[in-house]
This record gives sequence, C-alpha cells and structure tokens, in this order.
Amino acid sequence: MLSGQLVGRFFSMAGRVCLSRSSAGSETVGPVEAAIRAKLEQALNPEVLELRNESGGHAVPPGSETHFRVAVVSSRFEGLSPLQRHRLVHAALSEELAGPVHALAIQARTPAQWRENPQLDTSPPCLGGSKKTRGTP
Amino acid sequence: MSGTLGRAAAALLRWGRGAGGGGLRGPGVRAASSGGSGSAEHLDALVKKDKVVVFLKGTPEQPQCGFSNAVVQILRLHGVRDYAAYNVLDDPQLRQGIKDYSNWPTIPQVYLNGEFVGGCDILLQMHQNGDLVEELKKLGIRSALLDEKKDQDSK
Repeated sequence: MLSGQLVGRFFSMAGRVCLSRSSAGSETVGPVEAAIRAKLEQALNPEVLELRNESGGHAVPPGSETHFRVAVVSSRFEGLSPLQRHRLVHAALSEELAGPVHALAIQARTPAQWRENPQLDTSPPCLGGSKKTRGTP
Repeated sequence: MSGTLGRAAAALLRWGRGAGGGGLRGPGVRAASSGGSGSAEHLDALVKKDKVVVFLKGTPEQPQCGFSNAVVQILRLHGVRDYAAYNVLDDPQLRQGIKDYSNWPTIPQVYLNGEFVGGCDILLQMHQNGDLVEELKKLGIRSALLDEKKDQDSK
C-alpha cells in the first residue's frame, strides 16, 4: 500500500491553494443545484447526498451554477466499479451536464465506504481554463 | 509544410523523457487540428497509440484547470514521464469528440493501454487505494512511489 504521507502531500497541495475559494453559493440554493439534488435522490435513493456549489472559485460570474462537487452514498453502488458508479451519476444528470454544469466532481460511495471517511473533499483550485473558453463545457 | 502540420496534428507530447525530477520542460502540447480530429476512428487510434494517454485542459507544463493539474501531478508522483497528453482547449473537435468517444462528459480523461479509466476523481481514488500502482505494473511501468517507499523503509 502507498504511504499515507504521499497521499497527504498531494492533498495538502490541493487544499492549500483552495483557501481562496469563495464561500459564495453556500447560503442560497439555485435552480441547478436543486435539480441536481432532486434527480440524484430520485435516481439513486442515496443514504447521504452532499452537494457543494464550487462555482465561486472559478472564473464565472457571482451566483453561477457551473461547478459542483457531490458525494453520493448509495447501496446501489455495491459491486460496481468507480467507472460504473460515475456513469450512473452522469446518467441521472445528463441534462445538467449537457447544459449549465461545466464541472462535476463525484464521490460515489457505498454506505460502508462513506462511514470510513464521511466527508466531502475539496476540489483543486481553478487554473483559469474557463476564462479562455467560457460557455463551453 | 503539410508534413510539419501533420506531425503537429499527431499531437503527441513526450515530455521530460529521461529528465530528472525538476526537468518538467517539454515541447508543449499541440492538439490535433486537422479535419476529423474528433472522429471515433481517429480517437481510437490516438488512445491506443501510447500506454498512457491523457486529455487535458492545458498542457502538463501549464494545466489550465485544477482537475487536469491533479492528473498531471498524480502521474508525476508515480514517475510516469512518458505519456501522451492532448490539450483539448486547442481543438474544439477533439474536445467534443473525446467526450463522445468515451461517453464521459468532462475533461480530464485518462486512458491506460487504450482503455478509458476515468477522470480526475477516479485517478485520485486509484492513486489513494494503490490500484494505480498495479495498473501501471500491468503496462510495464514501475511506479516511482514503490521506490520512494523502499527508501523510506530502509531509513
């Protein structure tokens, strides 16, 4: 197994630069966020569903709903590979992903896996990609 | 001239081959730009041409997106230097084509031995649970983390 130290190094690197992430979006729930929540609840009957609008850390206007992170904890994921789990989430949100949602970080866990580490991770910082190509996911 | 363009269209970046840890300079990624760069046939050949293939926003030297950067950093941690990287920001056809090819809506995308393995989240998960070391081994690539671990153990 890999040493925790190395994994930690990667995460601290990712986390450090994320401190500047704006907290905008944490108070108000926009229509896209609400739709994501409703569709995932319907499709995957999750035990836990944590959703964070991370758009504030990206080169998009305030109040945008373009970048999200989601933790979906569902027994439907039992026996499925990470790829299969992510595809289930993508399928549930195909409309959003084809439209307003530009980035979606996914933690797809079984209930047992979630209990091992029950937290929504932090995404790495934006590096400006969308400034150049705004509007195209 | 067209030969040069054709070469550029091959879009292959082999960066830092043989370079030391600090030697991250490469020639820069150029995405395929000729017609058909987004076709399934072209992409199929592209992902099978190299053992490790990634589609990024930006280049390994200058990723334009945090998730693409994470993929680059994970490969770097494992000492994977010889991989093909394609910058989708240079080519809208490639950008859409690769999403259709893998039926996966986001960039970055990682392919090992011609097979789609996932995006940033899945590569990070494989890195954390040790699967990436095993998958690289299957490709004949020894992860640098194994050596690093050995060094630590022997201290």
